[in-house]
Amino acid sequence: MGDKDLFDEMMGRGAEAPRGPYKGFGTWFDAEDPTRLRKKAREAEDVFRLTGITFNVYGLEEANERLIPFDIVPRIISAREWTKLERGIEQRVRALNAFLHDIYHRQEIIRAGRVPAEMIARNEAFLPKMIGVSPPGGVYTHIVGTDLVRTGEDEFYVLEDNARTPSGVSYMLENRETMLQMFPELFSANRVRSVSDYPQNLRRSLSDCMPPACTGRPVVGVLTPGIHNSAYYEHAFLADQMGAELVEGHDLRVVDGRVAMRTTQGYTPIDVLYRRVDDDFLDPLNFNPDSLLGVPGILDVYRAGGITIANAPGTGIADDKAIYSYMPEIVEFYTGESAILKNVPTWRCNEADALAYVLDNLSDLVVKEVHGSGGYGMLVGPAASKKEIAAFRAKLISKPDNYIAQPTLSLSTVPIFTKAGLAPRHVDLRPFVLVSPRKIHITPGGLTRVALKKGSLVVNSSQGGGTKDTWVLED
Amino acid sequence: MLGKTAGGLFWMFRYLERSENTARLIDAGHRIALTKSGAGNNEWTSILATSGARPAFDAKYDAHYGPDVVDFLLRDRDNPSSVLSVITAARDNARMVRTALTREVWEAVNECYLVLKDALARKVPDRDLPHVLGTIRQRSAFVRGALHGTMLRNDIYDFARIGTFIERADNTARILDVKYYVLLPSAHFVGTSLDNVQWETILRSVSAESAYRHTYGPDIGPSEIAEFLILDGRLPRSLAFCAGKIGDNLGYLREQYGTHLPCHDTAEAVCTRMRASTIQMVFDGGLHEFLQDFLRFNGMLGQQIEQDYRFYG
Repeated sequence: MGDKDLFDEMMGRGAEAPRGPYKGFGTWFDAEDPTRLRKKAREAEDVFRLTGITFNVYGLEEANERLIPFDIVPRIISAREWTKLERGIEQRVRALNAFLHDIYHRQEIIRAGRVPAEMIARNEAFLPKMIGVSPPGGVYTHIVGTDLVRTGEDEFYVLEDNARTPSGVSYMLENRETMLQMFPELFSANRVRSVSDYPQNLRRSLSDCMPPACTGRPVVGVLTPGIHNSAYYEHAFLADQMGAELVEGHDLRVVDGRVAMRTTQGYTPIDVLYRRVDDDFLDPLNFNPDSLLGVPGILDVYRAGGITIANAPGTGIADDKAIYSYMPEIVEFYTGESAILKNVPTWRCNEADALAYVLDNLSDLVVKEVHGSGGYGMLVGPAASKKEIAAFRAKLISKPDNYIAQPTLSLSTVPIFTKAGLAPRHVDLRPFVLVSPRKIHITPGGLTRVALKKGSLVVNSSQGGGTKDTWVLED
Repeated sequence: MLGKTAGGLFWMFRYLERSENTARLIDAGHRIALTKSGAGNNEWTSILATSGARPAFDAKYDAHYGPDVVDFLLRDRDNPSSVLSVITAARDNARMVRTALTREVWEAVNECYLVLKDALARKVPDRDLPHVLGTIRQRSAFVRGALHGTMLRNDIYDFARIGTFIERADNTARILDVKYYVLLPSAHFVGTSLDNVQWETILRSVSAESAYRHTYGPDIGPSEIAEFLILDGRLPRSLAFCAGKIGDNLGYLREQYGTHLPCHDTAEAVCTRMRASTIQMVFDGGLHEFLQDFLRFNGMLGQQIEQDYRFYG
């Protein structure tokens, strides 16, 4: 099945039999009645709807809660493949934290001429208020969601580092829960590593970064913009699973040098705040004065050691798409090793040569906004019409600093279950990484996003993507 | 526990209770319309008055025509107390306090919303009305069942219960007050079919028609109805029962937190008055006046609770 130029994670490049990790699944699938599977797939949807695992689509008033389509075919990764990914991700996350510390302190990497000074100074994600501030436990990125894509048997690329507030971990957990309920037999036949302790690990990892002002057992809060935010389900889910308080900006205020939440019995300090609110909205006194989502003065409490904010303010400088292109140098500079995971070759449109090349080759390239996310504001050259390309060209010329370009990779496919049986679709992978002062922990699994449309490369849920359960097999 | 969470629980259960009460009111009105013996009094007018929706309704319609009233009370988004509006609000509050609820309670309220949103997506035809009203009551009962069966008995539970009973007391008192004139002993139409229908409606709108017969026998009398709905501590929708429950749950909060607040004094005062009253005393002082007092104190108590437990900033 499929195109011989593309690598399919189940069938390789046009093989007859499934690749190793998919052997057990393939045998099971061949023996299954497609009618039963279709029924199961519909049941899964009902479970998601009832549980309320929905996301809100911005700009739609009514019926603005949607389900992210779930595909029942798991994405399976062998122990050997995972070990390599794990090493690569750990190395990269270590480098990101070292980079952030350096950028907000001595800036050795700039002095060494490895990253140009203007990349930092002129970057909107750089927070001058963080200069000289050392976060509790020395951790900047408590939670990272590294986006990976695959192009062959042994070829993985990092697409994005997502060091601000990566989302999607609730899908990793609920997708597994749903698969366990629907197909328990698959889990007795395949040795799949568990992901269910993520919330406990998250809580532990956050608690390990408690601030100097914390004296007893750390009180952890999850800061959400509220029920209308697209990821609200996940905020509530994580707070619930961790046994943490789910708070909004208006529940919090600064009391006696601490950030405290309004309880039925008065104000109680919070020690660690897992914020799911962007830097800009975090503190109306220090950043965007119009923000109603944040806490006035929280940054001052933070700098005085009164609270831990996870991820730390200012981490955006590390996952910025322009900085991304320097990641191989960054990894080498701080770890002394060359990067285990590859970077996608990237043209920085603020450089004249690169811009000229990109403008000449728009129909072959993917062009992204430096600060964009969610698949908005990007151009996928090979899939775009002439008109779309012309319009994008104008935007690019007027603000080249705002863009980077990358070649379109031949992304691997994993089958999805369709009316006509299994059909290959492009996927990416977001494993979730927890960083504490003691260690870096990577949950064996992650969020697999899949482009449900045949041939499409865009996996974002806001653009018609779905998700799959992601299996990492035991050795 | 966050003040906002306490407020969310309180309102979630107030709204759920309101959806159920509105369904009962419509049911009683619908029944009277079916059995109507040419009486001049328009039942739908009192139902609008009881639900507090009359000003909003009159702004939109000229006459109190049954199908319009039913539609307004069931599914009009312009009516903040329509079943669809309050179910949506209950579910929004549940989402806000998701971490305080068990999975069972959350799923029950979410399913309640999904099912009713679907059932109320278009105008409900007359023949489907009994089924839809039954579904509303049943869905609200599922949430209550999940609450009883799975929730820890702590402050979370107390705020949910207090919201329920503040709303329920308010509803029963309004039903009685809108109809107080047919309950006055001075009414001379005792035993006329009109009165019987009115009394029947009052009992139906609190689901107490069968309980009444078991307690008082087959004959319906106005002062017995008043006594039953106001003072009988066994009837789960009576004023005395609701006041007692509010007092109990506030008492548990006082114990758990170790703090005595103004709302505790108000609740105690309401309970004391209930315990000390006989139906004769109520009539002597004026039924309407008694009910107006009760409604005012109940409303005040709700506001004190909001303040004492810091629901809002």
